[in-house]
Amino acid sequence: MNPSFNPLRQALAAFALFGAALAAPAQTLRIGLAEDPDALDPTLARTFVGRVVFAALCDKLFDIDEKLAIVGQLAASHEWSADNKALTLKLRSGVRFHDGEPFDAAAVKFNIERHKTLPGSNRSGELRPVVSVDVLDPMTVRLNLSAPFSPLLAALADRAGMMVSPKAATALGAQFATKPVCSGPFRFVERVPQDRMVFERFPDYWNKADVHFDKIVYTPITDATVRLANLKAGQLDFAERVSASDMEAIRKDKRLRSASITEIGYQGITINVGKSEQANKNPLGRDAKVREAFELTLDRAGLAQVVMDNEATVGNQWVAPNNPFYAKGVPIPKRNVERARALLKEAGVINPSFTLMTTTTSDAQRLALVVQAMSKDAGFDVKIQTTEFATSLNLADKGEFDAYVLAWSGRADPDGNLYSFDACKQPLNYAGYCVPEVDALLNDSRSERDPAARNKVYAKIAARVLADRPIIYLYHRNWLWAFNAKLSGVRNVPDGLLRVTGLKLN
Amino acid sequence: MLEYLAKRIATLIPTLIFVSMLIFGLQQLLPGDPALILAGEEQDPAVVAHLRQVMHLDAPLPLRYLHWVGAVLHGDLGESVRMQLPVRALIAQKLPVTLQLALMAFAIALLIGIPAGIVAAVWRGTAWDTLANAFALWGLSTPNFWLGILMILLFSVQLGWLPASGYVSPFEDLGANLASMAMPAFVLGNAIAAVLMRHTRSAMLQVMNTDYVRTARAKGLRESAVVLRHALRNALTPVITLGALELGTLLSGAVLTEQVFTIPGFGKLIVDAVFNRDYAVVQGVVLVTATAYIVLNLLADLAYFLANPRLRR
Repeated sequence: MNPSFNPLRQALAAFALFGAALAAPAQTLRIGLAEDPDALDPTLARTFVGRVVFAALCDKLFDIDEKLAIVGQLAASHEWSADNKALTLKLRSGVRFHDGEPFDAAAVKFNIERHKTLPGSNRSGELRPVVSVDVLDPMTVRLNLSAPFSPLLAALADRAGMMVSPKAATALGAQFATKPVCSGPFRFVERVPQDRMVFERFPDYWNKADVHFDKIVYTPITDATVRLANLKAGQLDFAERVSASDMEAIRKDKRLRSASITEIGYQGITINVGKSEQANKNPLGRDAKVREAFELTLDRAGLAQVVMDNEATVGNQWVAPNNPFYAKGVPIPKRNVERARALLKEAGVINPSFTLMTTTTSDAQRLALVVQAMSKDAGFDVKIQTTEFATSLNLADKGEFDAYVLAWSGRADPDGNLYSFDACKQPLNYAGYCVPEVDALLNDSRSERDPAARNKVYAKIAARVLADRPIIYLYHRNWLWAFNAKLSGVRNVPDGLLRVTGLKLN
Repeated sequence: MLEYLAKRIATLIPTLIFVSMLIFGLQQLLPGDPALILAGEEQDPAVVAHLRQVMHLDAPLPLRYLHWVGAVLHGDLGESVRMQLPVRALIAQKLPVTLQLALMAFAIALLIGIPAGIVAAVWRGTAWDTLANAFALWGLSTPNFWLGILMILLFSVQLGWLPASGYVSPFEDLGANLASMAMPAFVLGNAIAAVLMRHTRSAMLQVMNTDYVRTARAKGLRESAVVLRHALRNALTPVITLGALELGTLLSGAVLTEQVFTIPGFGKLIVDAVFNRDYAVVQGVVLVTATAYIVLNLLADLAYFLANPRLRR
């Protein structure tokens, strides 16, 4: 008999293992979403809520952290060429897609080209400066650009940097969104539209030590009250975008915890300054002094308090005051009705009247009402036009509006909050703002990589754009989350997306 | 009766053609460019152009209609541009859910509404009549979404007896399925029960005063037989019509109730599709719903024959 073989010890060890297996039931993280995502294909996806789900499903080349710094995810390191027209990425080794295929330079090339060429791709504009991708070795890839483009890393930290399995994408073709295959911590199990999305833990995830759930179930529950009720009833562990008016009760509830994170986007009023002939027919669109007067009637702190229950950070630029790219030389103006009246007198306009278009959300309508009341003090006659979202977009696109209450979800790089809105003839430039000097500065900000140098350019842009006021920025809303008090590891990243690695239910 | 049935079936096809034109035409009246909405936040012009091509938005309206009808006749209801899924698959997923909710709500409505209407009519002017009318008033006045949220707060959050929202397939777990449908079915059924109660009461009161009912009583029949076997059968005719209409409404999806209880049925599907200008989904769902309405009305007409033997001659 082998002296090291002890049947009793063996039996006890087996019993302990069996017991451990029994004692650790599969843990499921249940997350309530504010909407149902669109197609689960990073190349075609168009919604914010889709990005929430992708955080569990599809790793990216880069990610952002709580301070908006770009950190490597699938890219272990990166290096720019001397002329800033080539970005070389060294890829993380040992990464596999959910179908077992290896993640390598060829996969990156496939994905970037897919993002650029797939019909209907929403990523091709984000990657426009990328003209070619070279595989230097199995784990090194180089992206060649037509011109220096500093927002590229931020783009690769979002859907444009998400990598799908080339094998699965080729095999499934147009049906890829029905069974997405990526390399994230969780892999796709099933989706019932408007009901649930179920993902299971990916056992070969490169950072599996940091994954503590066996399953994630995302449930779209559009009504915020019902979403919170589900959380309180124990049917959810996490609810995103709860109502500001519920936050006080949530904070008092010992079963729950909350997070309030300043967004990277903004809430503003877009003014038609040149989108159509209508801009010239209204003094607000025609005259910068009238726009300045209008802005001076607004008490941003009051707006944040009344409209958002103080769950917003006041601001006057496309980035929040705590953003490293905020132009400190143009601070938030205080309400000054006397000065507003004086400006209107200088402009020769008495009781200017305009229509403020708003969507049907309660926040937008409340905002419009408060703005109407505030601006009346200086003699503005604001008529509120409440319009369904799709219709309002159409009217804005045609320039058939005077002013429009519009928010933007925001991008990690300030360029994402600025270029499309203020450069000539860009798709989101509903204001119709077009100043060649500003265009030149915007292009400079894109080609400059050094943050200090970019800041100087943004300061010049701010000085000009904020004086012209095609958009009056009001505040930056808080992403409001509520979750089970036993859930730990929640990271407050300003993009509003819940990172699932590191989460634990204690 | 067979001749009548054949005539009704023959009118189905022109009715459906007319309905399809109406669905298609009315949708074009929706303001806004669907390609702009479906293009998402970034509004990339290349994406907008691609969507316009995929949705044939630049083709003349009659051509687009013929293209759609041609596909429908081959069983192809198109694809949801937003979700990249065939409309047929979406309908196949949602229809059983809506069907179950509709049938459960309808059953609750019948079980409450008709007996309440009979009681109110038979005991007219008494406390029972007052109670039944009060119930009807409450059912008609209470907004579904308000009642739904209150029920969630009570039965799910406070008592923990029922799930707050969501849907479980009966093939997955029948108990969980019934638990998830109990509250939404009651919310919907409660409102319809009130309507059915009022109509049943009114119809019964009319019938109870007729000569043949008086004759039945004079012959010595028990009151229950007079009410149930003689009066109710004749009173049911208008109630059947109403019931068919209400069931048809339920099948088109109870939007607010589905939103509150997160039931993945037709209501949610079509509301999202309208707001996102996902034309193919709207057209497909409305066509299926309209067909259901037409078929239900046909069944209601057949039910008259069963309820009232005089109509069979």
